[in-house]
Amino acid sequence: MTSSTLTRAWQVAATVLDPELPVVTIEDLGILRDVTEYEGARVHVQITPTYSGCPAMETIRTDLIEALSMAGYVHVDVEFVLSPPWTTDWITDEGKAKLEEYGVAPPGPRTGPVELVLAVRCPQCGSLDTRESSRFGSTACKALWVCQTCREPFDHFKPL
Amino acid sequence: MSAALFDHVLGLADDALVSAQRMGWWISRAPELEEDVALANIGLDQLGQARTLLDYAGRVEGAGRGEDDLAYLRDDREFRNVWLVERPQTDFGVTVARLLVFAAYQSELYAALSRSTDATLAGVAGKAVKEVAYHLDHAARWVVRLGDGTDESHARMQAALEAEWPFVDELFTPADAGLVEQGIAADPAGLRPAVLDRVAAVVGEATLTLPEVAPAVGGGRRGLHTEHLGYLLAEMQHLARSHPGATW
Repeated sequence: MTSSTLTRAWQVAATVLDPELPVVTIEDLGILRDVTEYEGARVHVQITPTYSGCPAMETIRTDLIEALSMAGYVHVDVEFVLSPPWTTDWITDEGKAKLEEYGVAPPGPRTGPVELVLAVRCPQCGSLDTRESSRFGSTACKALWVCQTCREPFDHFKPL
Repeated sequence: MSAALFDHVLGLADDALVSAQRMGWWISRAPELEEDVALANIGLDQLGQARTLLDYAGRVEGAGRGEDDLAYLRDDREFRNVWLVERPQTDFGVTVARLLVFAAYQSELYAALSRSTDATLAGVAGKAVKEVAYHLDHAARWVVRLGDGTDESHARMQAALEAEWPFVDELFTPADAGLVEQGIAADPAGLRPAVLDRVAAVVGEATLTLPEVAPAVGGGRRGLHTEHLGYLLAEMQHLARSHPGATW
């Protein structure tokens, strides 16, 4: 039994993309928590949801089973874990860079129970003259913002 | 199985599930598009909490019932939610007044439960407490905006608080003493001062007055409900009961 980010199974699992933000992997987002390889091509994967009701979890489970099966693993089971709770601090720097390039302003560091976001940079034009138009956006993890300089609306991955 | 634990987990789950169903009602009906999205997101968080809790309740019971069986195949007398969340709410002011009270309660409850000796409850609560902080903040902003708004919005926000206030008391129904003693359950009765402090701060900022009204009878934790829950369940359970085993 081996549990490490260096195993081939981890490398395969880490290629699975987030279905709602298909530029970042589940590894980039910190959703992939553990991959354990056992004898006989068995793999146990642990993933954690960003929000309790995240509807992408079933798709991620299916995608993980498919990716690992295609890589030759025979028994793949995926477990959802809630503890420790996911936080935006687990998004890697690479993940944040990919989000920004995709047009989603990445989260800043957490400041308290409800975030007081001071300035969010517009992912389109880079302006800091932006404002929140709604704290709840197209998915549970995002808020709606608008840039006052280029006038474009954009998503902000809100700190949690 | 532990009957007390099963009942307690059902209470937590059913509060979240029934509230989620009421939030969903607003989709396409809220005052503005952003609010449709916000209330849907809040409902989705609650639904996520309910699913994990119902799954756990099923395992505690040990009779082979899963989350769907518990959500779709129980009658109203088997639901353990409080009255606060089950009544209809066609007035937006009522919705934000109720959400203010409910999110303040859930904030304190989940913060306490995140230290539960029951690992599953602690896990759900540790996750949910962060989500509920956003719900509370959202409700508080609306209550202040409407309360400290025009004469019309102020009067309707005050009326909404008066309408919801009789149902606040039931939230603090004492939990099973054995569960509290073992550190599994957080005793809701002990949360009352902190919850009311949170609500009072917002109500004050909104230039509103805390109502002084007699509490409703309650009884949701014992399976006694208003007639409204039956109608809610009829809609929520219709498809699953008419087409057993259907997936979509």
